[in-house]
Amino acid sequence: MNRMTPAHTDTALAFPAGSGQTLLDLNEVGHTYRTRDGGGVEAIRSVTEQVRKGEFISILGPSGCGKSTLLMMIAGLLPTTRGAIMLGGDPVLGPDPDNGIVLQDAVLFPWRTISRNIQLPGEIAGMPAAQRQARADELLSLVKLDGFGGAYPRELSGGMQQRAAIARSLMLSPSLLLMDEPFGALDAMTRDEMNVELKRICLEAGATVILVTHSISEAVFLSDRVMVLGNRPSTVREVVSIDAPRERGPEFVTTPEFGAYVGQLRALIGAEGEHA
Amino acid sequence: MTAIDNSAALSRGSSAETVAKLSVESFKAPMVVVSMVLFFGTWQFAVWALDVQSFILPTPSAIAAQAWVDVSTGFIWPHFTRTFTEVAFGFVISVTVATILGTIIALNRAAEILFYPYILIIQTVPKVAIAPLFVIWFGFGIESKVVTAAMIAFFPMLVNIIAGLKSADERRLLLMRAYRAGPMKTYLSVRVPSMLPYMFAGMETGIIFATLGAIVGEFIGASSGLGALIVQRQAAMDTAGVFSALIFLSTMGLVLNGAVRTLKARFVYWT
Repeated sequence: MNRMTPAHTDTALAFPAGSGQTLLDLNEVGHTYRTRDGGGVEAIRSVTEQVRKGEFISILGPSGCGKSTLLMMIAGLLPTTRGAIMLGGDPVLGPDPDNGIVLQDAVLFPWRTISRNIQLPGEIAGMPAAQRQARADELLSLVKLDGFGGAYPRELSGGMQQRAAIARSLMLSPSLLLMDEPFGALDAMTRDEMNVELKRICLEAGATVILVTHSISEAVFLSDRVMVLGNRPSTVREVVSIDAPRERGPEFVTTPEFGAYVGQLRALIGAEGEHA
Repeated sequence: MTAIDNSAALSRGSSAETVAKLSVESFKAPMVVVSMVLFFGTWQFAVWALDVQSFILPTPSAIAAQAWVDVSTGFIWPHFTRTFTEVAFGFVISVTVATILGTIIALNRAAEILFYPYILIIQTVPKVAIAPLFVIWFGFGIESKVVTAAMIAFFPMLVNIIAGLKSADERRLLLMRAYRAGPMKTYLSVRVPSMLPYMFAGMETGIIFATLGAIVGEFIGASSGLGALIVQRQAAMDTAGVFSALIFLSTMGLVLNGAVRTLKARFVYWT
């Protein structure tokens, strides 16, 4: 299959949560950082989990619990020191352009226009200029930045920059989208707004998403399942399924079930905190 | 009522501010003119009143007259273009070598370890003191001046280029790695743009240093160029002539500095 083909967004909604085959298989994955004195700091002890195609999974846990480490290993940017990660049936041995990545800050390139920032992954992959341009225009309207393609990053607000970063991560129609606290640097109001947008964008793009966050409500709002990690060295404390319709508007946060899930997750994390 | 009072107070405040600004900003040009007239007038008067001999300090009018002769007879142009050529070539060579060597050192730890002691040693030697060696090696022609100019301009640029290449944001480099960009693509798309602001800061210093180098080279031995002209006129006790040559040197400095700034605005457009 040609991975460079833009996703047919109209078919994306046909993916019901978790009905697809396994996309990502984490098998007793762990990571120990080497320290200078020759010792090691065990960030993650053992994580075993399967992620199905089209699923939205959040990794939730206290800061410093190794959430980002786990994400970097899935991205192939950090080797596993224990266990194995299989993506689409192949072992992850290095970075794969079929993964889209969004970091805490937008990390745009200030010398490029927004459109050319979005096109960057396509440029690296050798996509023809005309096709790149067309795809960027498509993504600009997906993230509601129509008309800003020619602007420079400094002319955009923090939230708009993060939208551009999300558009860039979708450039090659990735089958897996990895997000490391993508809205951590935004103010609370922009953050809520971005969560609603992200939910819509992900459903439209039909991507499988793994989101690292320390916000419980963000995790409940966005996810099909929430993986709760414990304190370092981390293991999976529990995986909570959020049984709610996939298309969620801002009104979802006012429902009793939303409150119940938030309470359940807070108790899980709180219980973990007491052990520390 | 209070809103109206407030807005009235505001407008009074802002107009008072405007007046304060006007008092300095609007008289900028007249202030400079008055200051210059006073400065040169005092100079002119002092030389006449104290009967200072013209080979010690010529009057501004004598310098202006000499400068006009230099221009109107076309006498100054071969010297001007000669020095300009030396500076330009020296500078371009310097930028090129500094970019190549800076890239090697910034991206390769082994190269950094190998080259750094030499760079440190050369940097501690006053470069002007090396100029006589270049005359021995490259002769009294234009080459020794170009090399001296390049040499003196080299270090501020090398240091800035290395710092600029190393200033590339780790997260941008991580993204390039995630998208499997090759080293050349990463260099051109992340490292070079990160380097440019540093490089131009180095170039603004470098162009002044290159001029210094060309003049020093001419002092040691040359038949043409503004530096050579200064030495000849000094030997002839033609002090007004020396001042005239200095005017053309400072004009050259302005032109070259303007050129670097224009390039900077063109290439570092995002800051």
